[in-house]
Amino acid sequence: MYEKPILQVKHLQKQFGEGCPHCFDKESVYLEKNYCTVCGTVHAVRDVSFDLYPGEVLGIVGESGSGKSTMLQGLYFDSSMTSGAVYINQSELTGQNVLSLSSQQKRYIRNYIYGMVYQNPVDGLKMKFSSIGNIAEKMIAAGNRNVSNIEKRSKELLENVHIPLRRMKEEPQYFSGGMQQRVQIAKALSNNPPILFLDEVTTGLDLSVQASVLDLIKQIQRELHISMVVVSHDLAVIRMLADRSIVMLNGEVIENGLTDQILEDPQHEYTQQLVYSLL
Amino acid sequence: MGYVAVKGGTEAIEASLDRLKYDRLKEAEVVEINTVLATMRHLVDQVMSEASLYAPFLAALAIKQARGSMEEAVFLLRAHRSTLPRHYYSETVDTEDMFVERRVSASFKDIPGGQLLGSTNDYAHRLLDFDLVKESKEENQNWLRTYHERMKADHPDKDLQFFPKVVDYLRAEGLFERYPLDDTPPNDITKESIQFPTGRSERLQVLTRGQTGAVTSLGYASLRGYGQVHPTIGEVRVGSVPIHVQHPYEEDSEQDDSFYIGDVQLTEVESFVPVTVKNNNQKEELEFEIGYGISFGQNETKAIAMSILDQCLQKPHGEFPTHDEEFVLLHIDSVESTGFISHLKLPHYVTFQSELDSVRQVKKGGESNDS
Amino acid sequence: MIAKPHFAFFDEGSKKEIRRATLKAVAIPGYQVPFASREMPIARGWGTGGLQLTLSLIGRNDVLKVIDQGADESVNAVSIKKLVQHTTGVSVTEKTQEADIIQSRHRIPEKALKEDQILVLQVPNPEPLRKVDAREYMTKRMHAEDDYSGAWLLLFEQIMKFGRMSTGASHPVYVNGRYVMTPSPIPRFDNPKMHQSKGLILLGAGREKKIFAVPPYTSVESLAFDDYPFTVESFEGKACKLCGSTDVFLDEIIDPDTGERTHQCNDTSYCMEQLNSEEKVEVENSYV
Repeated sequence: MYEKPILQVKHLQKQFGEGCPHCFDKESVYLEKNYCTVCGTVHAVRDVSFDLYPGEVLGIVGESGSGKSTMLQGLYFDSSMTSGAVYINQSELTGQNVLSLSSQQKRYIRNYIYGMVYQNPVDGLKMKFSSIGNIAEKMIAAGNRNVSNIEKRSKELLENVHIPLRRMKEEPQYFSGGMQQRVQIAKALSNNPPILFLDEVTTGLDLSVQASVLDLIKQIQRELHISMVVVSHDLAVIRMLADRSIVMLNGEVIENGLTDQILEDPQHEYTQQLVYSLL
Repeated sequence: MGYVAVKGGTEAIEASLDRLKYDRLKEAEVVEINTVLATMRHLVDQVMSEASLYAPFLAALAIKQARGSMEEAVFLLRAHRSTLPRHYYSETVDTEDMFVERRVSASFKDIPGGQLLGSTNDYAHRLLDFDLVKESKEENQNWLRTYHERMKADHPDKDLQFFPKVVDYLRAEGLFERYPLDDTPPNDITKESIQFPTGRSERLQVLTRGQTGAVTSLGYASLRGYGQVHPTIGEVRVGSVPIHVQHPYEEDSEQDDSFYIGDVQLTEVESFVPVTVKNNNQKEELEFEIGYGISFGQNETKAIAMSILDQCLQKPHGEFPTHDEEFVLLHIDSVESTGFISHLKLPHYVTFQSELDSVRQVKKGGESNDS
Repeated sequence: MIAKPHFAFFDEGSKKEIRRATLKAVAIPGYQVPFASREMPIARGWGTGGLQLTLSLIGRNDVLKVIDQGADESVNAVSIKKLVQHTTGVSVTEKTQEADIIQSRHRIPEKALKEDQILVLQVPNPEPLRKVDAREYMTKRMHAEDDYSGAWLLLFEQIMKFGRMSTGASHPVYVNGRYVMTPSPIPRFDNPKMHQSKGLILLGAGREKKIFAVPPYTSVESLAFDDYPFTVESFEGKACKLCGSTDVFLDEIIDPDTGERTHQCNDTSYCMEQLNSEEKVEVENSYV
């Protein structure tokens, strides 16, 4: 794989609290998981680095509290990171740590380069706007001022995610959880973003609904070759979607490699536990 | 077309103003300003507090002119305030110097200096007193005479008494954090419109000017559950404090050289609100924070409610509107809320015509789509 | 105790403060400048923003015109005029072209502004993004970051729901290609009058404590999609029953007895002038 990564994440760090000499060292005896018993600082994300290659699906798996969602929120600029750098391989952004850009530039990236599907549809959708309006929002934000054009693209997307067009003017607040999630996916895809983030998108859905949403994501990946970062606590989801995976625990990366490899021969004790519970 | 006839606005207004005057005069009774001042003190206090202008005589005049309408009286006084040049800020007022008329604490039975019930409706049974229908001045005089004599007998010329603050007592015990004195001059919200997020000085100004009913309702809402502040009243004190200003040209003059310009009566409330804080070892501890309420005149309910809202706004909390500074601060002003509500009485027929056009066009479009 | 009112109500310090905010507003077209709005002798919501602008600007020799909903004789217009006259002694006019300052609520006069005229508009809700977010802190950020997708989305939703933009009055505008601004609740019919106006247009919101401006010869564009253009109120096939004008904003009048619907110029002074000139023509013609 000699291709250049489309997204490079370097030494991401997120802590809640000031930190103290007792907890700067990862192996410190004062750390209880990622919590410093001396100063009370929570090290939610510790020195996380990874690359995402074009067209690849990268899985990030870990228990709740492992820092994976916090990290994703940081990547999508929903919350600020304490330190670290993120590079996007797009000509206009070459060499720039996007975490340090102005909020206007970050908005540009969210509108043109990133797509995001949140675990909770409330975070990603305007529940009181029509579904088509929700999908249109990103296109409008990206400067599209042609209604029929926006409408056409929205309809395509809705069909892609299997939402009947007769319901496109309804508000997502009246939709089931699975449908809301599909509207979110359609919205995230509206501007053909090269990078898509998926945060626990099937958590809380019925099994059959989970399956259909996962199918949809696979189909999108096959057809559109979008690079994706899929965050989940569920190894089954990761197994189904991700080519490569990262395992996170207490804010750190404890294992990474091809998903199949990790599943067959887990190295870390925690990963072993995780894999055996899957069998 | 009714009252927005193209012609006749001038005549209509003149006639309406005459009618207004007629209504005030028609019963042939004249209420003296002094009568209002002497017998309607709570009304005067409320008007001064909401108008944020301490001028009992002008407030009484406003009440007379407004025929008892609170919103109107406050409005009159506020508009008058706009015309007054403001040259000085007073020296900081220390309420410990208050000449206390009433002071209670709900936190301690035994507070240094003791509780002083003073004059309050709190323990008066709310039964209509039909004796007031026919009051005789003479009887009142007699009552007053005996009262004075009794007072003299009970308290033979005691020294003037000043009361230490309850909160100082608790501070000495380490139950309150000691903050360094912050002498940052407050932002005067009447000279610069407030910007969000606000500072505490701005919040306190808006709250103390707030409409009594609005401040009370929101404070109550927080107390009842739409908020997270349920305080214990450390101290309510009512009394007068002296106001001093510095010499206008000698900026460095000593405090002692400042000029006494008069007294204002205030209600001050310090509420104790338990909060969890982390100590140096990041262990959670309970501590008290102070919710602060202050008002011109005797306005105890408002001042208490203000102290609740002060604490609410110190601790923003997404779930509750009472903790949302824009929600609270932008909606409690009497002049603003009553003005905007009442503006709905103005003709809106251009805007309505415009909406009507939109509705018609939408309907037309709908029909052609269906056909 | 008896106070003589100062010229134009305010003390000079207050006027200067308001004028400073006004200058800033002119310098940044369409940007809402916060100012320390004073309590006025008329109620908040009844034109105190406009009134403060007028009073801070007016000089002894200025001629003032005040209209409300297009009419000079509407009660609130009369009330405002009375207050300004009472505190300044300036002369007032109903003729648009004679006025130096025109204070108006909900209308821009039919007659185009001249370079030496100032139009002062009263604004109840200055924030065009208020429906996008209720919090001032958020909407201020959106303006700062040029993030107007919310405003566009509202219009898009209308098109999806109703097949067209369904705004009534106060259809939002882009000023100088940068700030989205409410034109105040003027009918859409009046929006184009702001574009490249020869006269200065000032907008004042007293209760919300904001001043903003459209300087002369500034581009003002109503928000619209490429394929759903902005449209003004339609008075197709209708004319003023008094003066016969067709290219003006018309009031709809329903006869309470017959139920018959007729139309009449909303701008009363314009109508009057049309009538007068017709008469003049008739008179002149009869002498020929």
